[in-house]
Amino acid sequence: MSAADAALVRIRGLRKSFGAQPVLDGVDLDVRRGEVAVLLGPSGAGKSTLLRSVNHLERPDAGFVEVGGEIIGYRHQGGRLHELGHRAITRQRARVGMVFQQFNLFPHLTVVENIIEAPVAVHRVPRKRATAGALGLLERVGLGGRGSDYPRQLSGGQQQRVAIARALAMEPELLLFDEPTSALDPELVGEVLAVMKDLADTGMTMIVVTHEIGFAREVADTVVFLDGGRIIETGPPAEVLDRPRHERSRAFLAAVL
Amino acid sequence: MSSPDTSARTSAAPEPPPTPRPATVTSAGRPTDEQLLGARLVPLRRPGRWAAALALLVLFAMLVHTVLTNSRFQWGTVGDYFLNGSILQGLALTLWLTAAVMATGYLLGIGVAVMRLSRNPVLTSLSFGFVWLVRSVPILVQLLFWYELASLYPQLSFGIPFGPEFATVRTAHLFSGVLAAYVGLSLDVAAFSSEIVRGGILSVDPGQAEAAQALGLGRARILRRIVLPQAMPAVVPASGNLLIGMLKATSIVSVIAVQDLLYSAQLIYNQNFLIVPLLLVTTLWYIILTTVLSIGQFYVERHFARGRRRTADRGFWQLFRGNVPLLGRGDGKFAGLS
Repeated sequence: MSAADAALVRIRGLRKSFGAQPVLDGVDLDVRRGEVAVLLGPSGAGKSTLLRSVNHLERPDAGFVEVGGEIIGYRHQGGRLHELGHRAITRQRARVGMVFQQFNLFPHLTVVENIIEAPVAVHRVPRKRATAGALGLLERVGLGGRGSDYPRQLSGGQQQRVAIARALAMEPELLLFDEPTSALDPELVGEVLAVMKDLADTGMTMIVVTHEIGFAREVADTVVFLDGGRIIETGPPAEVLDRPRHERSRAFLAAVL
Repeated sequence: MSSPDTSARTSAAPEPPPTPRPATVTSAGRPTDEQLLGARLVPLRRPGRWAAALALLVLFAMLVHTVLTNSRFQWGTVGDYFLNGSILQGLALTLWLTAAVMATGYLLGIGVAVMRLSRNPVLTSLSFGFVWLVRSVPILVQLLFWYELASLYPQLSFGIPFGPEFATVRTAHLFSGVLAAYVGLSLDVAAFSSEIVRGGILSVDPGQAEAAQALGLGRARILRRIVLPQAMPAVVPASGNLLIGMLKATSIVSVIAVQDLLYSAQLIYNQNFLIVPLLLVTTLWYIILTTVLSIGQFYVERHFARGRRRTADRGFWQLFRGNVPLLGRGDGKFAGLS
């Protein structure tokens, strides 16, 4: 079981339905430390719900998610899983960064204020040190000098790079990306993917929901193909993308490529 | 075209065939590009607009004239009483009562709004019931109820529900006119402001709270730092209305003998029968206060609009001039915040 022991993220038997509609239908997935896992699949396959379950933005109906050996959102006691209080869930979420399709930057705060909000409020980092860290992160995502702008003064690609810097400021063990380039104009996609590739190269553990097959091929260690709330196929990109075994993955890839 | 020599020529001989004119004059058919580029643009004349403006200005001048010259307004007396001691005391009470009522009411109102948006069905129903009840009862009736509380509950006790009591006060001693006014008006503001705040919170994109959750921010911090500031642009205009309405609604406390601005004026004119001048004194004070609050509202709105625009802030006077073309160059469109 050495492979499973090394897994940073362990997802087992995850089920979730919205009303009568099952969205996740028993998902098992391991993501090792430093691994980049790309979730592919048609819309409605459950990719976003799976991702959002990892930091308990969705509460599963059955199954569990474990990050770094800690069950997310629950405490195991006396043969039961008791849901954690807000404070404990908040502490767990601080270890998992998330980047959203719509960026969700705080429009009433400047770029630097967006980045330092959580470190100052949650980790009690002194404002001065947090600001210095934020400026360093902005350099890293190629936005040095834009710290005092408001999000609306930036392009979509720049906003998404700020959102990545904001997630990094919490020094997370794991980064979740929910279709980070889907809301962007085509010419802005590359700058965001480049920042994500840099992150992957530094050994960041990432779970990425995307439709960018090129990114999956180039950066992913594992491609996970979902359909109808189940994992249909999983493996290295060369296998899943170039020699898909399953009928539905083949159809999806034929439509996307 | 009745110059003598042209008419003579037409009568004398048949017109010679028109000589081909130079290009610049053939414009009867089709103007050249140079002509079009050189032409002055003449906007559409709007005589109706001028006539309407003129008529309204005349009416306005008549109004100002009669108000100034009708001696029965007794402007001299207005001036005598404008800074009268008991008027100023009434003004002070109106001001602090409004401030206290608005502060308390909004604190309660935010709580009621958050209860209403919670997932706890008991809290939601309580909040809904509170707003329903307070909005249903006329504010005058509410004030009288609080003022007459002593006849319903002669004593108020502090203790364990249905159990022993630790302390007891006589309600009649507790509820003076001012306290009744404070409590009654605060509850009224709480009910109305909770709906304003709830609308503001609902106007904020749920992705904002979600992003804040994903960053590990706590619930109180998310509300105070992320959601409420973004709700403010929707909350401030309606709250300005509520504040100015409450400033004037405090005059209702005169029915329970609280000496506010209006009641002070009433006490004076009940003795000297100078009714109109004293009502004018209160009116002028209310106008002054409302003006100050409206200007304040402008600055509050501008503060909370930060990050919403790409252009630099415009000052109050620039906006004022933009909205009052008579005082400056009107730029044609109604100047707003954005």
